[in-house]
Amino acid sequence: MKKKSGIKLLLIIACIAVLCYIALNGFEIGVYRVVPIVNEIKQGLDLRGGLYVVYEAEIEPGDADGENKISGAIRVMRNRLDKANQHEATIAPQGTNRIVVEIPGVENPQELADILAEPAVLEFIGPEDDIIITGKDVKTAKPAYITGQKPVVQFELHSEGAQKFAEATEKYKDQIIKIVLDGNPISEPRVNDVIATGEGVIEGMASIEEATRLANLIESGALPVELKQAAVRTIGATLGADALEKGLFAGMIGIGMVFLFMLFIYRLPGLIADLALIVYALLVVVAIVVLGVTMTLPGIAGIVLSIGMAVDANVIIFERIKEELRTGKSLRSSVDSGFSKAFSAILDGNLTTIIAALVLLFFGTGPIQGFAISLLIGIPASMLTAITFTKYVLRLIVDLGINNLKLYGVREGAAENGI
Amino acid sequence: MVFDFVSKYKIFLIISLIVIIAGLTVIFLQGLNLGVDFIGGSLIYINIGEQYSADDIRSILSSQGIDATVVQVGENKQDAMIRMRHMENQEEVQKKLIAALKKKYNLADEKFSVDTVGPTVGKDLTLNALKSTIIAWICILIYIWFRFELKSGVTAVVALIHDVLVMVAVAALLRTQINSSFVAAVLTIIGYSINNTIVIFDRIRENVKRFGRKLSRAEIANTSISQTLSRSINTSLTTLFTLLALYVFGVESIKEFTLPIIVGILAGAYSSIFIAGPLWAVWTGKNTATAR
Repeated sequence: MKKKSGIKLLLIIACIAVLCYIALNGFEIGVYRVVPIVNEIKQGLDLRGGLYVVYEAEIEPGDADGENKISGAIRVMRNRLDKANQHEATIAPQGTNRIVVEIPGVENPQELADILAEPAVLEFIGPEDDIIITGKDVKTAKPAYITGQKPVVQFELHSEGAQKFAEATEKYKDQIIKIVLDGNPISEPRVNDVIATGEGVIEGMASIEEATRLANLIESGALPVELKQAAVRTIGATLGADALEKGLFAGMIGIGMVFLFMLFIYRLPGLIADLALIVYALLVVVAIVVLGVTMTLPGIAGIVLSIGMAVDANVIIFERIKEELRTGKSLRSSVDSGFSKAFSAILDGNLTTIIAALVLLFFGTGPIQGFAISLLIGIPASMLTAITFTKYVLRLIVDLGINNLKLYGVREGAAENGI
Repeated sequence: MVFDFVSKYKIFLIISLIVIIAGLTVIFLQGLNLGVDFIGGSLIYINIGEQYSADDIRSILSSQGIDATVVQVGENKQDAMIRMRHMENQEEVQKKLIAALKKKYNLADEKFSVDTVGPTVGKDLTLNALKSTIIAWICILIYIWFRFELKSGVTAVVALIHDVLVMVAVAALLRTQINSSFVAAVLTIIGYSINNTIVIFDRIRENVKRFGRKLSRAEIANTSISQTLSRSINTSLTTLFTLLALYVFGVESIKEFTLPIIVGILAGAYSSIFIAGPLWAVWTGKNTATAR
């Protein structure tokens, strides 16, 4: 019994040490290679540097077409970012009239923010370099099939544009009218017929996908919505790196102090709590990587805070065990009843914190959500390590026959004195 | 050892009220120090990387007709933080200013962090912050009502409201910037501080089952608070350790975030020990006094 427990204990400690080493340094066996898991954590803009812009579209409340206008604007932005080689950028709608753009690691953030904010310019240009109509004149553009399953783009113009276009198609019959988006020609169709009604088709599409893409671009350029920069954040790359470095350093110091405190106050169980804390940290890092959570500065703060809270479950349990020991119970039964009596407090405490974190996640924005996600990962991880890992290891230690109460933070004779 | 918390609950309440009323008076007289997140405007953070004089930056600002404040921060005070209110031609003004600063200190883009917030975003943030705080309170009240009893839920939420009021009051007294970090800090404390109160109420729930017929509500509350006292103190201490580390070693934005949390943790520990339990005892004790 004693021997078996001792071996198990050593195995557990060895496992933790190996896992920590892999997490920090990675390892290589033959063709298999594991990169250090900490390198896999996605870093947010505030750590890498980059650009964060919230654009606000002028959409009347209750505009039935509002959603289309926003998705059209997003297409224009994507087009421009691709042109600027910013493929890592994310563009997402927020609420009913906002668009959030995040671009990591850009060197010239302000320039890029300005490019995105420029109004989209779509022009139909005649052979004499004359602008016939602009995006504002386009009502719709849709992919379709006509005669014999030929993919085409069908477009419809507003009445004013239709008139101008009718005149131009008459003038330039059998010549080419270029369609230009932000200075880039996106299509160069030949005028086969005079388009008098304002409804026409562009033929010569290789596939329906190509037709869809062109239709989207034409319609996007036609977007009658004006975008304003409601909020802009640019974070210099060196500043971001500095924040990360200092955040990590602070985290180390914080954890170190917690380690020493637990050891000093709770002795042997404190040591187990410290081990549990390492397991907890590993769990959190793995969860962050597996779930693909982007780590931001508030996220790091959330993790560091949750370390403080993670110890709480252990503190509740150890205090309870001490109390049980003072009533004169044996070590083994004190440990068991300490855990079972502490459970309801841990459960209720953690569930209410989860409630608060969920509220943050649903009603908060940006950085607040990052913080909420850290908490939501941290709380279950801390509960899990406290009620499984700590319990298991503490029992192993009791099995080893280490029953000097001093090692459990209780003074000898305390039970008799009833302190 | 059992301490008597319940009989002195009025003194504890008065101590809290003094802090809260002092804070509210400052808010009434001077208003809160609202950051750009709320009122709109710009926050420019520059890592100048050498000793500089804030007056030099101020003279650049005034030569361009910009009304802004400059604070020296960071390691060896080599960083600068410029805050300005939202202006009509914000973008233009800002660009000119950044160009002037780059020239003056010979800096690259990567040494700048710029935060510009329009006034509409700020309004949404305020509404969202209030909404999430109140929703969190209601959800927690319902949960405790369900798991404990209504009176525990109400006193726990009273303690939470106390914590938030103290945080706002201290922020007003210290003239801390109220920005989205502050909102996140408040919501963190709502989640954290309830934990403390729950542990005490959990012990009360257990002791009511065991001694409910023998002991008065005040005695049960006193016993329960005393039994959980070392846990309350130790947990708050470990959390304070990590927070202090963040406050001392973190960058400016982390400091802004941790200071209100530190205040909130102290307020939260105070309210769970000295306010939630005693209030519960006084409230429930009135109805069961005859039973004894």
